[in-house]
Amino acid sequence: MSTEVANAGEVISPIFGRLTLDWIPYHEPILIGTFAGVALGGLAVLALMTYFRLWMPLWRDWVTSVDHKKIGIMYMVLGFIMMVRGFADALMMRAQQAMAAGGATGYLPPHHFDQVFTAHGVIMIFFVAMAFVTGIMNYVMPAQIGARDVAFPFLNNFSFWMTVAGALLVNISLFVGEFGRVGWLAFPPLSGAAYSTGPGMDYYLWSLQIAGVGTTLSGINLIATILKMRAPGMKLMDMSVFTWTTLCTNVLIVAAFPVLTASLALLTLDRYLGTHFFTNDFGGNAMMYINLIWIWGHPEVYILIIPCFGIFSEIVATFSGKPLFGYKAMVYATACIMVLSFVVWLHHFFTMGSGANVNTFFGITTMIISVPTGVKIFNWLFTMYKGQVRLEVPMLWTIGFLVTFTIGGMTGVLLAVPPVDFQLHNTLFLIAHFHNVIIGGVVFAVYAAVSYWWPKAFGFKLDDRLGKATFWFWFIGFWFAFMPLYALGLMGVTRRMNSYADAAWQPYFIVAAFGALLILCGILCTFANFGYSILNRKKLACGPDPWNGRTLEWAMQSPPAPYNFPQEIHVRGRDEFWRMKQEGFTWAESYAPIHMPKNTATGVLLAAFALAFGFAMVWYIWWLAGLAFLAMIAIGIGHTFNYNRDYFIPATTVAATEAKGATA
Amino acid sequence: MLRSPKLLLATAGAFALSGCQFDVLSPQGWVAGQERNLLVIATLLMLIVIVPVLFMAVYFPLRYRADRPDSTDYDPTFTHSNKLEVVVWGVPILIILALGAVTWIYTHRLDPYRDLSALNAGTPIEVEAVSLDWKWLFIYPELGVASVNELAIPAGRPVNFRISSSTVMNTLSIPALGGMVYAMAGMETQLHLIADNPGTFAGRSAHYSGPGFSQMTFDTRAMSDDDFNAWVAAAKASPEALTRDTYLALERPTIAEPVRHYGSVEDGLFARIVGLCVEAGKVCVGDMMMQDKMGGGGLNGIANAPAYDYDRARAIDGFGNPLDLPAPEPMAFHEAFLTNPDLICGTGRTEAAIHVN
Repeated sequence: MSTEVANAGEVISPIFGRLTLDWIPYHEPILIGTFAGVALGGLAVLALMTYFRLWMPLWRDWVTSVDHKKIGIMYMVLGFIMMVRGFADALMMRAQQAMAAGGATGYLPPHHFDQVFTAHGVIMIFFVAMAFVTGIMNYVMPAQIGARDVAFPFLNNFSFWMTVAGALLVNISLFVGEFGRVGWLAFPPLSGAAYSTGPGMDYYLWSLQIAGVGTTLSGINLIATILKMRAPGMKLMDMSVFTWTTLCTNVLIVAAFPVLTASLALLTLDRYLGTHFFTNDFGGNAMMYINLIWIWGHPEVYILIIPCFGIFSEIVATFSGKPLFGYKAMVYATACIMVLSFVVWLHHFFTMGSGANVNTFFGITTMIISVPTGVKIFNWLFTMYKGQVRLEVPMLWTIGFLVTFTIGGMTGVLLAVPPVDFQLHNTLFLIAHFHNVIIGGVVFAVYAAVSYWWPKAFGFKLDDRLGKATFWFWFIGFWFAFMPLYALGLMGVTRRMNSYADAAWQPYFIVAAFGALLILCGILCTFANFGYSILNRKKLACGPDPWNGRTLEWAMQSPPAPYNFPQEIHVRGRDEFWRMKQEGFTWAESYAPIHMPKNTATGVLLAAFALAFGFAMVWYIWWLAGLAFLAMIAIGIGHTFNYNRDYFIPATTVAATEAKGATA
Repeated sequence: MLRSPKLLLATAGAFALSGCQFDVLSPQGWVAGQERNLLVIATLLMLIVIVPVLFMAVYFPLRYRADRPDSTDYDPTFTHSNKLEVVVWGVPILIILALGAVTWIYTHRLDPYRDLSALNAGTPIEVEAVSLDWKWLFIYPELGVASVNELAIPAGRPVNFRISSSTVMNTLSIPALGGMVYAMAGMETQLHLIADNPGTFAGRSAHYSGPGFSQMTFDTRAMSDDDFNAWVAAAKASPEALTRDTYLALERPTIAEPVRHYGSVEDGLFARIVGLCVEAGKVCVGDMMMQDKMGGGGLNGIANAPAYDYDRARAIDGFGNPLDLPAPEPMAFHEAFLTNPDLICGTGRTEAAIHVN
């Protein structure tokens, strides 16, 4: 076994804490190569930005912006950047497992491999899927309810930058120190003070705590927005299904994320102050953590998937030329799923040895969730029935989703049967299942949403051929990457294995690695598409309503003006924009001044200090932690004295903007 | 209905013959067999609804394409139908009712804690399984032998496992014989399995547990009674004895530990392992709970902390090397309490009773 610098006699310096030069992984060629790439890329971006004098516009128009549309786009950018990082981890794992068969050790020792799978899970859930979903909700929902912004615009900016701070802390761990080697949910006792020495586990704790602040606040913000800021006349049952799913998801966020915060805080106390909540000795109980983390963790997967159901509902209605089939059933099914998601958490650990009655209860509650989910799928199918289905790119993702997600749902119900789970728990069958629903559900939905709402955000469509190529690479790549894992799971192959003796498994892992390469092509096509479409934006330009949409966001200009709608819209029912179009709606000629929130740098400042605080806590740099914490409090209090928070857009400016939009 | 499970089983068998061991689909014991049957039943039940959905998901968008030649059947008012509503809620509910009933029956029948006496398959054999960093220890309390990274069992007789762990969580998993159960330190779980015929089956920890996790595998060797008796005799002949001291040496973290046998096992060792009190001078978990129930040691009990301390002595670095973490320095406020218990509580407690093993 190699040795590590973390040891008993380590000296805590008053200035640098436990951070020493030994913690810079300059002896790891993979990390040095990555660092060189990131540094060169970063320098190139910095140089280009300086050359084109973009610093000021970036700060003024984006970083300090409280505009929900810009924050939404920044969440999407964060999601795509972190997806590259998380996917690089995935490729490394696939390569390692394709190589390390029958006595071979592959190229990643456990010390590195275990960090890779931990980082992959953490990044993909917290900083990719959550960022994407929050970004889409942020961009689309206020527009769908006819609002000008969210209820608390500053809070929105602050939430975003806290998420970025968490993401940065995870990425710093790549080059300064190490990340946790505990799996994405960090079960104790393995993640406790004795069995996870070193800063890796602390990076995990503080990055999730910091990002969690952002997520919780954003949840509160979006609930308030939906409940208080709907256009006059819009009843709850007039809201689009995407807005409904946003409401349900944010209720889940507000109810579930405090549980995550609390369980991570208890684990932090165990690690920093020597308490014994989850240790083996002194009456600690690790199963307590596992219960708590899954009480958050199961609602979390619904937090991710419920807005995606909303996205598909919008797309399927638009591209079938019909209102959504069974709107009310859709709303009630979503609400059912929201409530039920809190009573199924134990199905993640049927194997802990609880009694048959307990296992049966949680098995059956889990199966019951498949009923409202099944209803949703039928409703999407019957929306297409007798419709005019246009097979544009968003619709391809939707059909891909219906096929993929249905299979994933079936394997999910299989895992909900306790005795079947005894066999398949923690096997690659489980891995295949949740990638089946998360890729088939969330990732496909995000791609569908990006291709659907991109013209709204930027005024031009994405390229069709590259969009289709992206879809087919992802779709086929997914099947190649995860069907072998189902097979391996049925052989009893466990997840998170760094190497394995049975060479008969290797062909399956090689096929899975091939699938990952296909997905890589899909990701490359995505970025190629963004680049190509931006270069050809004149050719791809389209009006404000390119898909013949049904909901209010299509009434805005493309790209929308800062105030979204020049006048208030009086809503009379569902699919209001569809009705407006049939009545030949135009905006009235006279405009009134529009009241808008002002940009502020407080959010990004607070998040910067939160990042410094997190870093200092990881490395035991107590003076910095104290200073950063005090600075956050001071800035927070200082911000309450900022009375210069709003301004009016003059009617003449509105008129000019609208006139320009009409000719565009 | 009856034909298709057989067809599916045949397919599964074909897979099994293809060189790969589909342990879950080609069970080697009654428990795994039942679990496989349940897997097949549940899959077939769900296919009733999955197959039509998959068909419609592909057929509808093609059938109702916007550019179809005859689009007279376009009906944008078709947005609600009570009949369809009944079907789309009703059919899944019926299927879940059926699946729920099956789940209830099988979950009780296959409760890992339920012994296999109903099979009338002979006297069960007791095995105490302990997950160590990163190897498995199997103690045979009735036979007085133990083995590391090799599980020998008599084929055709139930095996009653009692499972615990020395440090972090693991899972005892032998897929060919049936489901798995967690191994957790300070706790005991149970599992009941049986191998129908002699054979060698893969066993492992199915719960990630640190640097040596991937090599934490063992062979499960199901043998005829004669072979098993010979195996026990050979193990008994081993000069090594599993005592509290040799256990503590074995418990130190190692990776890819070779198979090893112990000719004798100290009485009550497994109970001490579960109680986290193999080491001399430690309070067993059960005693600690009793003391807590009686009011705990109070402030004076702080001085007894080393008797409860367990994890710190087993600390490892990121590569699995043991670390000697220093004992925490007595904190100032502890000292203050010890010298003057009246400081906060007002009354000095009597010396805490402590039962040290």
